[in-house]
Amino acid sequence: MALLEVTDLHTSFFTDAGEVKAVNGVSFALERGKTLGIVGESGSGKSVTAYSIMQILASTGKIVSGSIKLDGQELVGAGEKAMRDVRGNKISIIFQDPMTSLNPTYTIGHQLIEAITLHTNRNKQEAWDRAVEMLRLVGINEPEKRMKQYPHEHSGGMRQRIMIAMALACEPDILIADEPTTALDVTIQAQILELMQKLQEEMGMAIIMITHDLGVVAQMCDEIVVMYAGSYCERGTAEEIFYNPRHEYTKGLLRSIPTMDTMGQKLQPITGTPIDLLNLPAGCPFAPRCDNAMKICIRQAPESMVINDDHKASCWMNVKDLFEAQQAEATPEPKATPEPKAPLAPEDVVDEIFAQEVAAAERGAAQEGGEA
Amino acid sequence: MMAQSNTETPLVDVRHLKEYFPVNTGFFKTTPLKAVDDVSFTIQRGETLGLVGESGCGKTTVGRTILHLYEPTDGEIIYDGKPIKTKADIQQFHTKSTMVFQDPYSSLNPRMTVSDIIGEPLDVHHLYKTREEREQRILELMDHVGLNSEHASRYAHEFSGGQRQRIGIARALAVDPEFIVCDEPVSALDVSIQAQVINMFDELQEQLGLTYLFIAHDLLVVRHISDRIAVMYLGKMVELADAAEIYDHPLHPYTKSLISAVPIPDPRIARANKRIPLQGDIPSPLNAPSGCPFRTRCPYAQGKCAEGMPEFKEVSTGHFVACHRTEEINS
Repeated sequence: MALLEVTDLHTSFFTDAGEVKAVNGVSFALERGKTLGIVGESGSGKSVTAYSIMQILASTGKIVSGSIKLDGQELVGAGEKAMRDVRGNKISIIFQDPMTSLNPTYTIGHQLIEAITLHTNRNKQEAWDRAVEMLRLVGINEPEKRMKQYPHEHSGGMRQRIMIAMALACEPDILIADEPTTALDVTIQAQILELMQKLQEEMGMAIIMITHDLGVVAQMCDEIVVMYAGSYCERGTAEEIFYNPRHEYTKGLLRSIPTMDTMGQKLQPITGTPIDLLNLPAGCPFAPRCDNAMKICIRQAPESMVINDDHKASCWMNVKDLFEAQQAEATPEPKATPEPKAPLAPEDVVDEIFAQEVAAAERGAAQEGGEA
Repeated sequence: MMAQSNTETPLVDVRHLKEYFPVNTGFFKTTPLKAVDDVSFTIQRGETLGLVGESGCGKTTVGRTILHLYEPTDGEIIYDGKPIKTKADIQQFHTKSTMVFQDPYSSLNPRMTVSDIIGEPLDVHHLYKTREEREQRILELMDHVGLNSEHASRYAHEFSGGQRQRIGIARALAVDPEFIVCDEPVSALDVSIQAQVINMFDELQEQLGLTYLFIAHDLLVVRHISDRIAVMYLGKMVELADAAEIYDHPLHPYTKSLISAVPIPDPRIARANKRIPLQGDIPSPLNAPSGCPFRTRCPYAQGKCAEGMPEFKEVSTGHFVACHRTEEINS
């Protein structure tokens, strides 16, 4: 059984302007000792997914439906008391900005000891020893001296190490890292990522790595979930996602980033601008920006389709590819098969597929006045 | 614009630039913070020079000091063969050079419409005769950066990050500049938007023959857009070479470590990549180490590294490096 199982999670924020569907049916499973990456741009719902797992959403946010199972125990609707037991003890989180996630008016030691005494039965002296041990573990020099210092006396990299020490002090099963290195310089980023990998080997915890940086994901993650506008586009092993992407958004993303080989060439950007979560379209949320959008993409959101054992994607293109392959009768083995609950058989999609001109016209209208 | 054919005279020639900020360190006591300390480089017409380094290394200060947004403490900036000294020089210089800022959210006045933002440099430098000419020019600029001219009377908050950065670029282009300092122009943008803006910088350079100083911390972006790349550390320039050369044959230990630390978006390469880890953090520029500023974190540091700042010398054609032990390390 997977350590953490998230199934069809829906989280919304109920604001004055209406319901913002921040997370729209995300599913994934995390195994013990593995690293899962959640990739997406701002507003894709990757952080809200993490906050939903911890149930630390803002007061307007609510898990609408879905299930989050930790070691078989259902967390959705488990109640505040049960969640207090989970947070810090079983799942810890480190936030993006190490500059603001420590309290500037208390010493490092005070904050570490508070976290430790709150979650374990250690007394103050034992907690102190544990805190020093943790600081040493994350590579901070003279930990005894640092315990008495305030956050402002430390650099960004050191503060992020302190946050990691705090998160790991109670030996959680899962560490959620929400953009842990985005605010840091590359050389410090390399130090922190290496530290996380080392600690994972030593302590055997699972990591959920939330980031927009495909480089970080490529280096750290065993499995990847790609998110766009609250929906998940595809999930699979790192190899599958990078070398065999099966969703148009992932493909576009991988094409658009500069790599070692793109020098002197034009990048191939994804056109258009990110979507407004207040007005999600009926179909695939990426369709308005997708170069290959078909009519069905605008009408109906794609279901999750099984590409192979390690890979699932929600993109109608896979059905089209499959259909074309069948037409050509070139490939005896189908490349993609819709999951049983997929509402449309490939044959039903046929009519849609060749109506691309119509789709393009619809897209033009949906895009509202040639935004770049 | 003057017709330029000679490649001998660089468009921008920065010589021994120094920028010190006084910092209060006690009662009636100030210590100079050496944000930029003796930096020299040139940029040819039509070229893009990338400037990289970690936060606090002085790369932004270099960009701002070149444009005289800060008064240089010492050193010379020679633009197109003419040193910039007097106030009139600076004013003249500002009609040929502009800046694109990092944060598209805070660098646009929320109380001005897009057409006022783009038109402001035209007003300041009196670049039009009639109102129609001004309007015409604004619409032309919006068209240049791919903004819909119908949006001219909207306010900045009505636009997304990528579009705001386009407004900032249109404003920079208003004076018809030759030289633009781009200070982290894409780092605040989403990945899917970055490529659009990077391509636009490329296209504008081709169309208008622009020269860029491109400041960024994302090394893959810098490598993509730059002809040459300069690396700074703690206010000093440590290496300068062709973009390909600096990635393939970095000579300075800091550059080596910086390049090896870049996460590459390809799992097989990323996992095979041997990183050269650096110990500790960048020291405070208020008490920089004696001699080579990098020696406290350098895996190759020796006694002589503490003794004096290594000379910034050319080791092969166009490849400059400031390291006492270049030959020993790289042989």
